[in-house]
Amino acid sequence: MRIVLTSTSPGLEAAIDPRFGRADYFLVVDIDTLEWEVHTNLGANAAGGAGIKAAQCIFNFNVAAAISGEFGPNAFDALQAAGIAMYRYGDCRTASQAIERFKVGQLEKIGAPTRQGHHGRG
Amino acid sequence: MIITIASGKGGTGKTTVAASLAISLAAEQPPPPLFLDCDVEAPNAHLFLHPKLDKQQDVALLIPSVDETRCTHCGKCAEVCQYHAITVLGQKTLVFPQLCHGCGSCAALCPEKAITEIPNRMGILEHGLGRDGVAFARGVLNLGEPMAVPVIRHLLAWAQPASGQVVLRDASPGTSCPVVATIRGSDYLLLATEPTPFGLHDLRLAAQVAAKLGIPAGVIINRENSPYPDMDAFCAEKRLPVLLRIPFKRAIAEGVAQGKTLLDIHPEYGDCFRQVFRHISRRL
Repeated sequence: MRIVLTSTSPGLEAAIDPRFGRADYFLVVDIDTLEWEVHTNLGANAAGGAGIKAAQCIFNFNVAAAISGEFGPNAFDALQAAGIAMYRYGDCRTASQAIERFKVGQLEKIGAPTRQGHHGRG
Repeated sequence: MIITIASGKGGTGKTTVAASLAISLAAEQPPPPLFLDCDVEAPNAHLFLHPKLDKQQDVALLIPSVDETRCTHCGKCAEVCQYHAITVLGQKTLVFPQLCHGCGSCAALCPEKAITEIPNRMGILEHGLGRDGVAFARGVLNLGEPMAVPVIRHLLAWAQPASGQVVLRDASPGTSCPVVATIRGSDYLLLATEPTPFGLHDLRLAAQVAAKLGIPAGVIINRENSPYPDMDAFCAEKRLPVLLRIPFKRAIAEGVAQGKTLLDIHPEYGDCFRQVFRHISRRL
């Protein structure tokens, strides 16, 4: 099963990035083999709609789930339409830690946006 | 002649100054001015000018509506939209109305003609006669709607002055898109500020906007309780004339809180503001 995590650097020991749309990197991991690949988030500095751009990008990674700190309303709608499940980091600090908890079902799965939209107000 | 009153920092007395200038001119300058409340996110000039609003018009932006029976999810619409207001995820095309700027590119480029544009009401324009014969119009953005600029643009196009009528535009605070949209096309920019580090910081930003847009500007220092040499030095360096200094006085604060203009509180302000206007007229 392939999942995507938002991170501040490449690699499984990378520190998590709590931002979804404006994360530095998208870390795509096969949780069975722990093979990973990393993608720079080209939409990190988008003027607006960063969450939607990120969701569009992630859709092409062919993943079943996304793990991040917060999912805004636009990102939530887009990921839900794409059929990608969303989970929160909680107090995880590294990607590998989050993967371990994800495997044993200890991450919080979300069914609604976790915060209000920014609407261009940072 | 179009004069815009802006400030950078909020709460420095833009609307107090703009309304006072309007009432001062109404007493002398036929026809009375046209006052445009362009702070569409939080319009408040009606508290001073008491207009009887009798004309209204909706502001709507054309946003895409996708016919899923024709859409092949080719993604051309999402590719062209720089605001990410339309996106294609597999077999679904999603529209995010609050991000749409209404440019129409998605509809124009859709090879299947699956996109039609439908009006999305985002605010309202209102017009009416205010006190002392001041013509008044304002835009009001719907609550929760993030984009103010389309409402401001519609307001400026809708509320046209009569021949020879002075236009006063009351801008929103800050120096972002809504303020630029309000200032653009003005002949003069009146910057209301206060003698504090915050006031000066934001005055610098507002003065930069004026310089970038090539619009002459002057300053009104409000709530001046003691000299603030840094502010005077900045104005001198940037050749921004200080056109009026309004002292920090309890009587003024109390009057403004009751919806009075400065000249209702101290009639001599009528002459002060007419002098400010004459200075601007000579400058142009």
